[in-house]
Amino acid sequence: MSTDPIFPSQPSRRAFLKGAGTVTAAALTIGFEWAGSRPADALAAAPAAGALFAPNAFLRIGADNSVTVVAKHVEMGQGAYTGIATVVAEELDADWSQVRVESAPADASRYYNSAFGKIQGTGGSSAMANSWTQLREAGGKARAMLLTAASKEWHVPTSELTVENGVVYHAGSRRRAPFGSLVKSAAGLPVPDTVRLKDPKDFKLIGHRAPRVDVPAKCDGTAQFTLDVALPGMLVALLKRPPLFGATVRSFDAGAAMAVPGVVKVVQVPRGVAVVAKGFWAAKQGRDALKVEWDDTNAEKRSSAALMEEYRHLAEQPALSARKEGDAVPAIQKAARKVSASYEFPYLAHAPMEPLDAVVKLSADSCEIWAGDQFQTIDQANAAQTAGLDPKQVSIHTLYAGGSFGRRANPGSDYIMEAVSIAKAYGADGTPIKLQWTREDDIHGGLYRPMYFHKFEAGLSADGQLDGWRHVIVGQSIMAGTSFAAMIKDGVDPTSVEGAASIPYAIPNIDVELSTTKSGVPILWWRVVGSSHTTFAVEAFIDEVAHAAGADGFEFRRKLLAHQPRMKAVLELAAEKSGWSTGPLPKGRGRGIAVAEAFKTFVAQVAEVTVGEDGHVEVDRVVCAVDCGTAINPDVITAQMEGGIGFGLGAALYGAITLKDGRVEQDNFNGYRVLRMNEMPKVEVHIVPSAEPPTGVGEPGVAPIGPAVVNAIFAATGKRFRVFPFSKGDAA
Amino acid sequence: MSTTFVLNGKSATLDADPNMPLLWAVREVAGLHGTKFGCGMALCGACTVHLDGQAIRSCVMPLSAVAGREVTTIEGLQSKQAKAVQAAWVEHQVPQCGYCQSGQVMSATALLEKNAAPTDADIDGAMSGNICRCATYPRIRAAIHTAAQSIKA
Repeated sequence: MSTDPIFPSQPSRRAFLKGAGTVTAAALTIGFEWAGSRPADALAAAPAAGALFAPNAFLRIGADNSVTVVAKHVEMGQGAYTGIATVVAEELDADWSQVRVESAPADASRYYNSAFGKIQGTGGSSAMANSWTQLREAGGKARAMLLTAASKEWHVPTSELTVENGVVYHAGSRRRAPFGSLVKSAAGLPVPDTVRLKDPKDFKLIGHRAPRVDVPAKCDGTAQFTLDVALPGMLVALLKRPPLFGATVRSFDAGAAMAVPGVVKVVQVPRGVAVVAKGFWAAKQGRDALKVEWDDTNAEKRSSAALMEEYRHLAEQPALSARKEGDAVPAIQKAARKVSASYEFPYLAHAPMEPLDAVVKLSADSCEIWAGDQFQTIDQANAAQTAGLDPKQVSIHTLYAGGSFGRRANPGSDYIMEAVSIAKAYGADGTPIKLQWTREDDIHGGLYRPMYFHKFEAGLSADGQLDGWRHVIVGQSIMAGTSFAAMIKDGVDPTSVEGAASIPYAIPNIDVELSTTKSGVPILWWRVVGSSHTTFAVEAFIDEVAHAAGADGFEFRRKLLAHQPRMKAVLELAAEKSGWSTGPLPKGRGRGIAVAEAFKTFVAQVAEVTVGEDGHVEVDRVVCAVDCGTAINPDVITAQMEGGIGFGLGAALYGAITLKDGRVEQDNFNGYRVLRMNEMPKVEVHIVPSAEPPTGVGEPGVAPIGPAVVNAIFAATGKRFRVFPFSKGDAA
Repeated sequence: MSTTFVLNGKSATLDADPNMPLLWAVREVAGLHGTKFGCGMALCGACTVHLDGQAIRSCVMPLSAVAGREVTTIEGLQSKQAKAVQAAWVEHQVPQCGYCQSGQVMSATALLEKNAAPTDADIDGAMSGNICRCATYPRIRAAIHTAAQSIKA
């Protein structure tokens, strides 16, 4: 069998052509995958070099009529490539079958995410929101230039021209010109300053079901992930990291590791000791044989149970204010009825299916990185610092990421830095080195969703009005000590309190407080960030308050959302579609509702559960209503809601990273359980029609599922779960 | 040391440690990258291939154990069931991140090759060993039913 062909690092037209002429069948598949989704056609239609129209950084049109959209956002499953291409193609009136997507290079000057400032990266469900106007204009201006080119060739005014599916028409003279035939003349025209964008009623792709550009290659094994990068002479590294967070290497003995056939070098780096070998298996055996003595002096040695005990204590101490309206404490004291409860949330691992990996080719004056990169500008800076280079000398080839859920967007660039440091310790001689994490490395590797404790008190008037609400949150700050620390205002990390400080309900007296803790456990945002615990707690507790008020959970929320039309609308839609008004389900079954706003998207979910005599919880059905503004691709939105529900449900049922004397107790998918096929409920998604600008859908679907299920279990059994995951908690 | 077996319909002799898991032999020695690494412990199914027509987890199968046997990876899928599964996967737009989908397709194909009309319970039984963190499960279920229908038609 032949070895792998060289991976075309950046799918430039030039590399593409070069590959097309010379390579084997196997290489064709790979070369193609890079360029888009329809290998055979695209290769057959490869244009002559230079015959290109590239009016801006996001778009190229070839003489072969191909439309190449350059995506500044990583495709990690959320559908960004398809969404981005849809917006460009819509304003361009392109033929969807001729549209392909490639990833942008790391270059913040052109590809920054306006939601983050001048930083290129993907996160916060911001891809479509920050691309919407930019890419509509990119497509619209290109279309205007193609029209001008046709009008000049045909000597007719542009007002007499029409465009459909990548072809410009002049009805009067019955002439037609595919985009490809116009690229040469269009390329010589000035880019217009402004362009009139389409009236949404004329959208042909937006709001319709354009098939995903990445799906075909993901059904036949040809999609290229970092795992699949194979460069000539490439070595594979596995890193032995300390068993406790914060421990360091005291000494190591490389003898046994070096004796493993295929092991090339053993090198010490800041995060541990790496075994560099010819292939994964040799590296793995080498690492198993490697002996390292660790210095635990500054390591985190506490157990998660001890940390939670400390959090419970802190919840009774003064904390920082995250929101204050009226005066909640006296309002609750005076209340006819008081309700209180506390909720506990564990550390959670992201556990994307593709364990973290990165390929680095480091030499004296350049650092080339291949990764499912989510934070290009930050990774570029961190890699440069580690390598001793200028960020401009660091290039990143962003590949498909096999899931992320936030893990690949970390301010410390942990896995990238490890790979660069190994390449540096190896000799920075241009040898490509792939750092591969195992699943155990992933589960043990930190950067978890933080553990949190939530304490609530609420006061109801004699007639059931919610007069006072006090909420204390205790947990680590994700942003503290990172390059995002400037976003911490008056000691309050917005990611600790989002979804709680912004509680949408009309309550006259609100007091939300935060007590930020410190621990040696590295933490990070996890899909839907703060709302993964705040919405969970708020929506579970508001249900308890509604019950105490003798009210229906849906009606109670609805009344408090009179001033929140979009949130109220999703709540009503989910309730209506679920059959909420038909009354309670039979014995042993129950319905629960929850609603959230996350990243400006509104989501409500109704969960239906069956609880067995043995307490086993089966989630049968989830009805989801979502308002994400203009629905660019309804099928992708539906898929993200389905996926968010499955992801959040798995965490609510089973997800927990626990520490015993500082050591992570889970190793792999046996100890860290995630949702499987047989546990996935039926999901129905209803999208609220909207003409508002689009917001994100990658994360918000996660937020309401946990509390919807908790509330459904209560409806079925009268038991409230307040310690998560359910499988470890005691119902009260 | 070398091991000879049938890989995607052709005889293949791979020179590698006989204890090397089939996953890494297929990926790094044979150069076929469709089969993925997810857990290394037969817990997630990303590495699913067919061994003599059975879906197995290649991450825990030593290369020596496949000597003289038939291994099919996603690159070698030919059966009408496989083609129906892949077509249904596209029709239902199953993949999100896509990393687990080679394994999902292999498990679904093996299921349909044995059971032409699987029930939801059959699907749970055959597919619960394949984790998808994107939770594409509802679409996988629907696509398997569609594939079964299309083969029958």
